[in-house]
Amino acid sequence: MTESAPDTRQLDPHNWVKHYADYLYLYTITRIKDEEQARDLVQETFLSALEGMERFAGKSSERTWLTAILKNKIIDTYRKRSSGLKIVDVNEPESTAPDFFEADNGHWKKEYAPVSFSMGSEEGLYNKEFNQILQKCMQKLPALWMAVFTMKHLDDATTNNICDELKITASNFWVIIHRAKLNLRACLQKNWI
Amino acid sequence: MSNLKSMIYNCRQATFLIEKRMLGSLTFRERIELRIHLTGCDVCTLYVKQSQKINEMIKQLFKKPENNKVTLEDEFKEAMQQKIQRELNKN
Repeated sequence: MTESAPDTRQLDPHNWVKHYADYLYLYTITRIKDEEQARDLVQETFLSALEGMERFAGKSSERTWLTAILKNKIIDTYRKRSSGLKIVDVNEPESTAPDFFEADNGHWKKEYAPVSFSMGSEEGLYNKEFNQILQKCMQKLPALWMAVFTMKHLDDATTNNICDELKITASNFWVIIHRAKLNLRACLQKNWI
Repeated sequence: MSNLKSMIYNCRQATFLIEKRMLGSLTFRERIELRIHLTGCDVCTLYVKQSQKINEMIKQLFKKPENNKVTLEDEFKEAMQQKIQRELNKN
């Protein structure tokens, strides 16, 4: 008799919480920086999985299957959070964020132009404090930008995939990436120096 | 040509191409434009360095969540287990 090992190809919902709750929670909290919401998503994942048990084909491990369900829920959350932000007009100048460039010629505005982060050496970047500032700056990004960023950097998702799942166009994708990085960099410069 | 000329001085467009290059790919023309811009623009050259560094830091930040060992509280797990049990008993 095989004890319900986590890699079993059969479902064993009695042991889901024991085996996967922490894993799924960690997976969620790195993508959704909200503990309450992350907890709820884990719970919803288990409940949806129970309802969909007959759809489990045994082709993947239990954990992979549960993670796939969770992933869909996370993307739904991104979508909900960013509704209203969905349409980014490529030609429209940033309305909410400051514009870092001169309107007429596209030069850096003096007050926003990059200056070296730390005493001329970029080494200082590897630093706990810097990490904390980075985290804070990321939290300030609009939800849709954050979603795009997370999917690109954490899941290494392809651009096409991200556009499909978040329902944005490829050109919007690059505009978002660009603006997110400009804002992140500016925030770091402001808080680091 | 006037297009190329305005690009050479346009940092907004240059930073856009820098980001696109880092995560995707540029067309031949875009590559040339960016290279010319960066040859003459120290500020954007610094931007390239910083932007790459930021990407690295973000990757690190995402990859090492185990540093702050997050787990669910036992009470919440307990409650979740009970919910699952109830659902299972329904059938």
